Amino acid sequence: MSAASRRSQGRGWGWRWGAPAVVAGLVIGLWYTVSYRLLTEDTRFLVPPPDAVLRVGFLDPFNRAELLDGLLLSAQVAMLGLALAAVVGIGLAITMSQARWLEGSVFPYLVLLQATPILALVPLYGFWFGYGFNTRVLVVFLIALFPIVANTLFGLRSVDQDHQDLFTLHGAGRITRLWKLQLPTALPSIFTGLRISAGLSVIGAIVGDFFFRQGEAGMGVLIDHYRSRLQSEQMFAAVILSSLFGLAVFLLFGTLARQVVGGWHESGRDTTPT
Amino acid sequence: MTTPTAGQDVATTAQPVISLVRVGKRFSDGTEALAGIDLSVAPGQFVSVVGPSGCGKSTMLRLAAGLTQPTEGSVSVPTDHIGYVFQDPTLLPWRSVQANVELLGELRRLPKEERRRRADAAIKLVGLDGFTKHRPRVLSGGMRMRVSLARSLTLQPELFLLDEPFGTLDEITRERLNDELLGLFVSQRFAALFVTHSVTEAVYLSTQVVALSARPGRVLGHFEVPFDYPRAPELRFDPEFTKVAAQVSACLRGAAS
Repeated sequence: MSAASRRSQGRGWGWRWGAPAVVAGLVIGLWYTVSYRLLTEDTRFLVPPPDAVLRVGFLDPFNRAELLDGLLLSAQVAMLGLALAAVVGIGLAITMSQARWLEGSVFPYLVLLQATPILALVPLYGFWFGYGFNTRVLVVFLIALFPIVANTLFGLRSVDQDHQDLFTLHGAGRITRLWKLQLPTALPSIFTGLRISAGLSVIGAIVGDFFFRQGEAGMGVLIDHYRSRLQSEQMFAAVILSSLFGLAVFLLFGTLARQVVGGWHESGRDTTPT
Repeated sequence: MTTPTAGQDVATTAQPVISLVRVGKRFSDGTEALAGIDLSVAPGQFVSVVGPSGCGKSTMLRLAAGLTQPTEGSVSVPTDHIGYVFQDPTLLPWRSVQANVELLGELRRLPKEERRRRADAAIKLVGLDGFTKHRPRVLSGGMRMRVSLARSLTLQPELFLLDEPFGTLDEITRERLNDELLGLFVSQRFAALFVTHSVTEAVYLSTQVVALSARPGRVLGHFEVPFDYPRAPELRFDPEFTKVAAQVSACLRGAAS
């Protein structure tokens, strides 16, 4: 049993949900205080009160449709980029795990890719490939690739020597070893990489979007428009929606990891972020 | 001191299932692990190798299994039916007990029904029927080792190589597993090469005990153990048993001083 589940069992349901609810209440209270006590009528647009954000941003049908369209676009960009990064990243890691020289020749360039501030290159990609859907997916792909490769490779390499010997002893070939030993051993690490990259893919999709002044509006473009038009209720709504989306992605991958490796590996049961 | 046992009768006549002739092993970093090892195990024999930590006992088993090659001398193992039991049970944590026990059959490409049949039989032999669907993490250390034994049993080994398999278990569990292993030895008729650092365990299990010196490991002496199988736990307190154990112990001590 992991520390997290022991803790929640020990203190019960009230602590699990009650404490965060109290914090949420305090934050909303503080928010109202800032809107109505610290800011005047003229400056209130800097921090519009929660009910205004709800009313204007989420309940107004036109604004809501605009927000949800933006979210849908950003979500598609993030998930497609992440899926590509997962396929290519895991594939690359498997290839590199087969021979040291392959790892030696490819890995340095992946590190270089990782060290390059991808978002700073977004204008260049736009320049080359246009500001359409594909370029946005490319940005997410590039930003999400490295954690998946690095974690998968680490997982594939962390097979126990005794397990290796066991497979050697009974004549297992490369493919059998990969399929029945290395990949299952690597699964928890693969999920760690996926979780990190999932967070990055949301950042890549939304922040990368800032640079896409043209084309369809994703969350980033919307936030920037709202800012320039001083539509702060909608801007707040967009920020909240973005963070809820990030949270949903995080929870999705946490749940997925628990489903797949929770039965036999500690990491799958842990709810703390990695 | 020897009275012939059934095991030794077979030993003198049959072709050994493993023999090491003047085997030496030096690692690439220059450490000499073993020197001039002569040792053979015949069908029906249970040979234990006992020695201090770092005397190359595990290296000897790795040589026997072909996982590493000797730098001197020769190792011959005429059978392909080898069971290797590691210090750690080396179960695959994502597999159930049943799937773990079927693993070697999979690697050896046995047909599915055959694999299943052998696994069922092996699991029954180690008394784990009822736990087939459990994952290793929920089992105790002793049960995991039983799964590991069952896994090797599915290959119907002629030779069992055991590398301090019970070293990390508590004494009570260890003694129980000693008895279970002897039960299997009697019923399954494999030959065994067993590595341990416990003199009592070595004498209790074996037809023959080989004492090994500290690094580089050399054979200090062979000791025949004159007790018939099945052996009962009380044997450990028999004066004759104590005498053999004392001889082995003195031999190891003599080399150390």
